[in-house]
Order: sequence, then structure tokens, then C-alpha cells
Amino acid sequence: MAALTPISRTPVSFYVPVVAAAGAVAGLFVGTAQGSSLLGVVLGALFMALIALVATQVVKAETPSRWGIVVLLGIAGFILGGFVAGIIGALFGWFFGWFSFWLYEGRYRAKVAPYLTPGQVLWHFTFRVICGAILIFLITPILVVMPLSFNAEDFFTFTPEMLRFDPEGYSLKHYRDFFTNADWQQALANSVKIAPVATLLSVSFGTLAAIGLSQPHVPFRRAIMAILISPMIVPLIISAAGMYFFYSRVGLQGTYIGVVLAHAALGIPFVIITVTATLVGFDNSLTRAAANMGAGPVRTFFKVQMPLILPGVISGGLFAFITSFDEVVVVLFVGSAGQKTLPWQMFTGLREQISPTILAVATILVVVSIALLTVVELLRRRSERLRGMSPG
Amino acid sequence: MKLAKTLMASTALTVAAGMVAADGHMANEMTIVSWGGAYSNSQQQAYHNPYMEKTGVTIINDESSAEAVAKLRAMNEAGNVTWDVVDVVAADAIRLCDEGLAMEIDADEQLAAAPDGTPASEDFGDLLVSDCFIPQIVYSTTFGYRTDMVGDTPPTSVCAVFDTEAYPGKRALEKRPINNMEWALLCDGVAKDDVYDVLETEEGQQQALDKLATIKDDVIWWSAGADTPQLLADGEVVMGSTYNGRLFSVIEEQKQPVAMLWDAQVFDLDGWIIPTGLSDERKARALDYIMFATDTQRLADQAKYISYGPARASSAPLVGQHADLGIDMAPHMPTDPENAKNTFLYNYEFWADYRDDIDAKFQAWLAQ
Repeated sequence: MAALTPISRTPVSFYVPVVAAAGAVAGLFVGTAQGSSLLGVVLGALFMALIALVATQVVKAETPSRWGIVVLLGIAGFILGGFVAGIIGALFGWFFGWFSFWLYEGRYRAKVAPYLTPGQVLWHFTFRVICGAILIFLITPILVVMPLSFNAEDFFTFTPEMLRFDPEGYSLKHYRDFFTNADWQQALANSVKIAPVATLLSVSFGTLAAIGLSQPHVPFRRAIMAILISPMIVPLIISAAGMYFFYSRVGLQGTYIGVVLAHAALGIPFVIITVTATLVGFDNSLTRAAANMGAGPVRTFFKVQMPLILPGVISGGLFAFITSFDEVVVVLFVGSAGQKTLPWQMFTGLREQISPTILAVATILVVVSIALLTVVELLRRRSERLRGMSPG
Repeated sequence: MKLAKTLMASTALTVAAGMVAADGHMANEMTIVSWGGAYSNSQQQAYHNPYMEKTGVTIINDESSAEAVAKLRAMNEAGNVTWDVVDVVAADAIRLCDEGLAMEIDADEQLAAAPDGTPASEDFGDLLVSDCFIPQIVYSTTFGYRTDMVGDTPPTSVCAVFDTEAYPGKRALEKRPINNMEWALLCDGVAKDDVYDVLETEEGQQQALDKLATIKDDVIWWSAGADTPQLLADGEVVMGSTYNGRLFSVIEEQKQPVAMLWDAQVFDLDGWIIPTGLSDERKARALDYIMFATDTQRLADQAKYISYGPARASSAPLVGQHADLGIDMAPHMPTDPENAKNTFLYNYEFWADYRDDIDAKFQAWLAQ
């Protein structure tokens, strides 16, 4: 983006306090890690203000002073906490060098509209910082799990060897355990057998229900809709207990079909909601046109309606699949040990022995989910492109 | 019509797959419920594998012992008992027996005699604490401490837990009154023989809670057996209570800088029950399994995989070396004379009478 506003250098009274405030935040983290938050805040603020002042007023040349800050903080980190802390310190240094000059040269003003007041400029950047913080908050727990799954020890702990990036501290043994342990393999097999079938049932029934309920002449539409969606609203433990007693009476408790049906019931609301949403944009005169040309209702459905609502059906199916694949409460009630799924195995594993094998499985599942979503997205783009190229 | 055909074909396949899977549920399977982890593994090696080899029965493991009482109640209510043999602690066995959810066992008729002909009832002796309960192991709840966090004077007494000046740092204690109340009174000057007399009274209960209150800010409360080993390995706590087998695994198998504090360890029993409401065929098989799995040799075999003491007197001399590590297991048993100088036995009668009351007080105190 080209510069929108001419820029000029800012006064010391502006940028030094701002850098000091950022230094205080960084100092809070470092200080907490070292044992004293308050000291960290004060020292961080003072230290960073001093660095910004020296770099801009004494050294003046931008490139050497920024590199100087990187090296300086890198060494400081190394002295405080070894190799990894050194790298973190260097990253801090890079950030503060850039931040100081960004403020000092007034570059922050270049890419926002010239008519904004200082308050609006502040909000412009605060908003971005908040968004970044939320993203970090959401993703950190997942990112922390991944390196721990390569732990050479049997605990959820970053060992000193791991922090030193010593290859001794890393191992694939938890992955090996997952692929060789009969319990985990049985659980994986069960999940793979249950989830797709439950998804297929949810998608078939959910799509039919959504289409039926979108017909204006169906009586009690809202009431029926509410009942069908109730598995999503009622607390899961209530549904699970109810299913347990009902399925026990009819002989489905502890059977493969029982678990599949229970998961299908949980998945149906997702399909109904997504398909109903796509049906809102569906033009009913198309089905009448098809009927006019002699197509029966079934043929009309598969040739005209289905292709148009397919995106809704697929995303509903994805939700139903993930529900079944992730579900632990209902399967604990409705299943027996013979239907132990991956989440069940993870749940008991976490309670009885905190083994990083669980983290290895979690990492594998995250990678598989990302791959799955990427494939679906690529297919969607491809079909859009093909549709765009085909005549009419 | 291609889409329609695909959909129909896959639906047909689904139904067919479902049928096959349902038929695959053979009658020759039994579900055995236990605690999971290293403990289930020791049972798998010592009992399940030889039994499956001998009889051709397939054993399915269900790791639900922690909620066995609740689940058995629900199964009984629903008239659909899916478990064949269940591993529970003695206190749970007593409750299940009282509620009629576990079958009564005649030890001399239905359990194997010792190799020298001693009847089972004498071989198990006092450990047969309930008519429904077949003891399997003696385990203890005791403390482990970080050897690198206690300075030059490692703790030798359980009262080190309450001494935050000599041993600063967090402690891990179980989130329930049992054991904690006893230890608190013991370290508050109550003689060991008087502990339960004092604990019967309101003042005594308050005294125990007051003693616990002196370290409340330094306690991390655990609820699963795996918590304390993790906290010790992390160095989050300087000492913590857990089951002795878990500590054995931390010390000998994981090689963590942790040592045992056996003082005032509390013995408890773990064993089998057979649920009521099984069909005759399943009941016969469960009894056959129990007869096999609790004989003298099998109980001794289990000690090769985990450091819990066999419940039969006749098994003790047969305890050998750890299957993988090759170290002698006897010194790691809670019942070893060196370790058992000062012990408690879980007081089933006292806790059966006072548990609900003291539990409520303890939880209220925790929430303060």
C-alpha cells in the first residue's frame, strides 16, 4: 500500500513513553518467568525507554542500531536462560529496534488516512493488536502440545534437553506407541468404522428433513424443527443418560449399531441447519420447471436440487463427522469396551496415566484435520472454476 | 443418476457393514473392567494372556473402575449388565455387596487352594473383607519426594508434609478426606492408636482440618493417580501422595529424581467382584476366570510387572524379579518389613460410617 500521509519525525516525549509501555508488557512476561512480575514491568519499561533513546538520539543510524539491539538482547537472554532464551531475546530485540524507529520516524502514520485524529490512529493499531492477541490465545494451546508429543520422557514436561534443542531430548517413541499399541489401534479402527457411517446417516436423514421442513405446507414445522434440533441444545449428558436407558431396553446398548445411531442423532441437527440455510437461496420454480419437463420427484431431487444445495450438505456432513469423531460423553454411555473410540481412549488415558501418546495422537488428528479441510477447500475451488468455465 | 446410485450403493453397504459388525459380537468374549495404565498392563501379562491362551476366550478391557459403582447401578437399573468381572477397591466392593450388585463368593469352594493344600479362606486370611470380594493385591498410598528439592536432610517422617519451613514448596494431596485426616491428626500429636477415636468427634474432625489448613496454601489437590507422578516429574511439587506402584514407575522405570517416604503409608486392598445379574453361562465363565487368576502362582506373577504385594500369604515367597528391569521386587513391596515399620490399614468400618459426613465437611472446608 502506498503512503497515504506525509510523515515527519516525532518528539521524544511521544515515542519514548510508548516504547516504555511496550517494554513493560514484555517485562511482565520475562519477569513472571523469572519470578518477579513487578520488577519485570519496571525494569522492562526503563530498559526499553533507554534503548530507544540511545538508538535514536545517540547512534542515530538506523541499520547498525537495530542490529545492535538484536545482539544486545540476544546476549542478555542467553545469560538469563541459555540458548532458547537467547533466541527469544534476539527476537525481542528485533521487535523493539523496529518499533522504536517505526515510531521515531513517524512511519506508523504513513499508511492510515490523513484525516484521522490521533485517537483514531491509536484505535486503528490497538484493534490490530487485540486481533493478534485473540489469535495467539486461540492457537497457543494447540501449538504447545505439538513439541511435547516428541518428548523422550513419559511426562507432559519440557525437559532441559528439549529446551537446549538437544536431539537426545526428542523421540518418536510416542508415535511408535500409537501405531503399535493394540489398544490405540483398536480405538482408531472403531472411530474410523463409526464416524463415516454415522455421518452418512446424519446427512441422508438431515437433508431429507431439511427439505421437508422447508415446504411451506408442512404442519407444525417449527415444533418439528425444534425437536429435531434438540440434541444440540439439551446438555449432552442428559441425552447420553436417556439414550443409555432406552438403548439398554431395546438391546442396542453396547453394540456397534447403537453407537452409530446415537452419533447420527447428534449429527442430524448440524446437517438440518446448514441445509436449511442453503435452501433459503434455492429457487423452487426450478423444481416445478423440472416437473414440467417430465422428471419425477426423485429425479428432480438428484438432478436439480441436490447439486445446488451440495455445499450445505457437505459442510453439514463435515460437522456431523467431526461430532462423531470427537465425541466422548455419549459413547461412554452407549458404547461398551468393544466400541472404544479414540476420544474414549484419550479420556481414560488422560485420567489413568498422563502419557504423551495422547499428545502424539492429538498432533496426528490436528494434521489430518488440516489436510481434510484443505482438500475440501481445494475441491470446492476446483468445482467453482470448472463451473465458471462450462458453458451456461 | 450417477449420484443417486452412489448414494444408494453406499447406504446399502452401510447397512450391510452394520449387520456384519453386529454379528461379529461373539459369545466367546468377556469384558473385564480395571483401572488402565500400568496396572491393567500387569493384569494383561499375568492373568489375561495366559487365560486367553488356555481357554480361547477373548478378553476385552474396559478401563472404568473409577466409576464402577455408578455404572453398575445404572446397568442394574437398565437390566443390562455388560461387565463380567470388575476390579474395584475394597471399599467399593463392600458398597456393591451391600447393595446386592456383586455376587457372594464362597472362598473355599470357588477359589483355588494354595499349592500345599491350605484352603483359600486361610490363605487370604483377614484380607477377605467382604463376602463378595476376592482380594488381589495390597497397595499403599504413600508419599514420594524430589531428592533434588529437599536439601541435605531428606524427610523420614510423614510430618515433613506439614513442615513447610524445613521443606518449602508445594505438596500434592488427594482431594478427599480419607488418609489426609489421619496424617493430619498423627502430625498434630495424636497417638496412632487414638486416631480414629479422635476422628469420630466433631472437635477431632475440626482439629484435623485445622492442621491441614496450616498448609492449605501450599497444596495442589489431585484426583487421578497419574497427577502426582506428573507433578513430581515437573518439579511442581516437592512431595506428594499417590499409590506406591505409581511412584515405583516414576523412580525405577522413568528414572526421575524421586524417592519414597514409606512412613505412615496406608494399606488398601484391590480385588475382583462378579456383578449380579449375569446369565448362567457368563457367570460360569467369570467364576472360572477368577479361579484361574487368583491362584498362588498368578498373584505372584503380577508382582513381576508392578510393585503391589500379592494378597495371598502363599504368593509372597514366589515374588521374583521385575520382568523388564530385572531388579528384585520384594524390597519395593509396601509389605516389605523395611517399608512397613509404621503403617495404617484403611479403616473400612470407620469410613463406611463417617464418610458422607466428613466428605461434606472436607469439601466445604476446601471451598472456603
